[in-house]
Amino acid sequence: MHQDSIIREPLLLGKKTYHQVTEDIARPVEGKANKYWWALFFLAVIAWLWGIGCMAYTVGRGIGTWNLNRTINWGWDITNFVWWIGIGHAGTLISAVLCLFRQRWRLTINRSAEAMTIFAVMCAAIFPVLHMGRPWLAYFVFPLPNQFGSLWANFNSPLLWDVFAISTYFSVSIVFWYLGLIPDFAMIRDRAKTKSRKILYTLFSFGWSGRAKDWQRFEEVTIVLAGICTPLVFSVHSIVSSDFATGVVRGWHSTVYPPYFVAGAIFSGMAMVLTLVIIGRKVLDLEEYITIQHIETMNKVMLTMGSVVGIAYFAEFFQAWYSGDPNESFIYLSWNNAKGVYGWAFWALIICNNLLPQVLWHKKIRRNLYITFILSIVINIGMWFERFDIIVTDLYRDYIPSTWTYYSPSWVEVGIFVGTIGMFFTFFLLFARWFPFIAQAELKTTLKATGDLFHNPPRQPKSTDFVADHGTHAAVENVH
Amino acid sequence: MSQYTFTSKSRYTTFGLMAIGVLALAYGAINHDISGTRFWANILLEGLFFTFIALGASFFMALQYVAQAGWSVVVKRMYEALTTFLPFGLLAIFAVVIASAIGGHANSADIVYKWMQSDATDIAKKVPGVFDEMLVKKHLYLNVPFVIIRTIICASLWVYWVRLLRKRSIESDLTGDFLPLHYKNVKTAGLFIIFFGITEQLMAWDWVMAIDVDWHSTLFGWYLFDDMWLTGVIATILLTLHVRRRGLLKEVNENHMHNLGLWMFSLSVLWGYLWFFQFMFYWYTNIPDEVVYFQARIDHYRLPFWIMFCINLLVPLIVLMTRDTKRNPRYLILIGCIIMVTHWIDAYVWVMPGTLGLTPKFGFYEIGILLGFIGLFLYVVLSNLAKVPVSVKNHPYLEESLHHHL
Repeated sequence: MHQDSIIREPLLLGKKTYHQVTEDIARPVEGKANKYWWALFFLAVIAWLWGIGCMAYTVGRGIGTWNLNRTINWGWDITNFVWWIGIGHAGTLISAVLCLFRQRWRLTINRSAEAMTIFAVMCAAIFPVLHMGRPWLAYFVFPLPNQFGSLWANFNSPLLWDVFAISTYFSVSIVFWYLGLIPDFAMIRDRAKTKSRKILYTLFSFGWSGRAKDWQRFEEVTIVLAGICTPLVFSVHSIVSSDFATGVVRGWHSTVYPPYFVAGAIFSGMAMVLTLVIIGRKVLDLEEYITIQHIETMNKVMLTMGSVVGIAYFAEFFQAWYSGDPNESFIYLSWNNAKGVYGWAFWALIICNNLLPQVLWHKKIRRNLYITFILSIVINIGMWFERFDIIVTDLYRDYIPSTWTYYSPSWVEVGIFVGTIGMFFTFFLLFARWFPFIAQAELKTTLKATGDLFHNPPRQPKSTDFVADHGTHAAVENVH
Repeated sequence: MSQYTFTSKSRYTTFGLMAIGVLALAYGAINHDISGTRFWANILLEGLFFTFIALGASFFMALQYVAQAGWSVVVKRMYEALTTFLPFGLLAIFAVVIASAIGGHANSADIVYKWMQSDATDIAKKVPGVFDEMLVKKHLYLNVPFVIIRTIICASLWVYWVRLLRKRSIESDLTGDFLPLHYKNVKTAGLFIIFFGITEQLMAWDWVMAIDVDWHSTLFGWYLFDDMWLTGVIATILLTLHVRRRGLLKEVNENHMHNLGLWMFSLSVLWGYLWFFQFMFYWYTNIPDEVVYFQARIDHYRLPFWIMFCINLLVPLIVLMTRDTKRNPRYLILIGCIIMVTHWIDAYVWVMPGTLGLTPKFGFYEIGILLGFIGLFLYVVLSNLAKVPVSVKNHPYLEESLHHHL
């Protein structure tokens, strides 16, 4: 039987019973949306529509509407693609890797993090497809027989590996996400008062009956899918990094890219999860589920991943010099870049990704919602700049000085990016109203281990100094 | 009774192994084929391999504190005992650095770190075949005094923090008020991990990557980091099972072994991942100054190179995938020993091509030094293990660990 340490804080506050959990999680789905939700929703939809307009303009007029040039032939498009793909990673980490490592704190945030993953991958996929210029020929990326054209897909190209990596990632993530939703949909179905709602959630819940056999299969498939998802956390961004690292462009051709991209992806993804759940827990009244301790733990993951990324920057910066190659001294992490015309982008990266997150070493700051919220946005800006720096500032000083150039995006490129943000939030807001925000069925399996109603033995810290130092009570007060 | 006894039989065995090591050293010193580079390259190889086990265990120990891990408390004394080898291993590596520095100062080419040869950076003489212009550019970082200073600072701070963590951990069993000690350790562990995270990269470049001095890879530090972590975990598994066979550590059950097995599995796969990408990017682009590192290994060290990669990745991946094998001591011992051996081969492939050249050498001297280090390692670890009870009495997460269930 499970035993919690006396110094372990409860993960679920407010002395929840099983029924109370059901009530709390069904409430947003069964209730009506308030005016803030509608305001945000309209804002998001308008941004999305603006983005669709810009995409249509790009397809109609051609890639010339973007400000790419022969030296900088990847710009905002691939930056945004990598940024969105990266954001998805935290969702898979929380739901799959932490599932295999039996981390209970994941259970109140995994549903929304996985939803984030799926929407982020959808946003990401838009960019390479648009960058093709003729999106109606997008099927050429698949290895189709030669009757469709003169050439088969080039299996030597990491761009093709990307197609497989991302489509696998998307399909496995969506299956994993939906699997967890089935018992929760059934819960809403069983409580439904109106006929249309009953029919809708009956369809969604695939005839879930809640028998022991259902649960046993559910558990088995969950662990298998978690096992399949875990390598995907690594493979997807490693393959994305291969787009760069298999190239001979200095700055791109670096062996540390795969683990460094994965760490950066989890870094930015965790920041996005924090942005979303800090709002979500407040708006949906789930503060006793997503507690300050959850926020702190996520901050710790963010700090760890940020440090890994920081050490990778250090290695990049140092080895560019260590190689003794004059070309290498112009890579995105080099003094020449820091001093150059893109110096602002270099420093934006260093400040947002390396300097500001260092405040998280302090426990009080890790538990402060306002600072965490601001920091989570700062980190995502920093991670956007990381990809921008890698792509643009590795390209703009080409090998021949006559090709040196500068790049800034056109309104169309900016519009498409704004559009994907709109699309992301549209989907996320719909998700928060129609789907149970927390995986209540799975959460209930650990209620006796982590809820403070059932806690055994009752939490009584031994020495009062320790409470003052480590703020167990402060945390509880913070939440109430 | 929770006291491990280092029996006289095992003690004499370790003495015997160490005696073989000393004999091999003497043989190497008088034999002219060995006495130069080969003599020191093997000491470096064993020094790295066994220091990395101790460093991996140290990192694992610190990690348990900062991650608030509860399950590992019952095996705490095992990885703590492994960390005690750290100063000995670091001394061996340091000896190689000093020997190379002395040899290089006398302008000998018969040294482990070829870049230390004084003619290699002598701009005035520019001896063909020895002078290396790239080295001149790196001189600001790669110069003998700086490397020695770096090594001393990193090694002494590592040892200081690791010993402090172990000391406090043992102390907390003797006092009822163990929580303050635990929280002190959490802070120290955090400090150690930050410092280790950065300096481990530097030492990986200085001790191993600088053997092939014109070659560099930004991934290299991470690759060695995973190697340490993995061998440290495997050593913990083997030591735990050994102690349990003595009838001690009854509280360690298959759930704890499962967790340790999980680490062995995931770190092995991570190792394969890092190795593969480092290799693949250089192989794919085929740039001469990068691919030369792998060319030397594939053309001349083909067997150890490929065997090492295939076994290290595939064997744990296939065998340890299922739940049952991770809970079965027999499988853990079998796979643990296999990975240990192949990781030793990996270390051999790091060190030898850059020091001894393109002909692999393996004879009595290599075996003797390896056995000597095994003896020394076991002697240090087991005698330290026998000094304190193997079962933990006071720890805030002890109850969690005793009731751990997977």
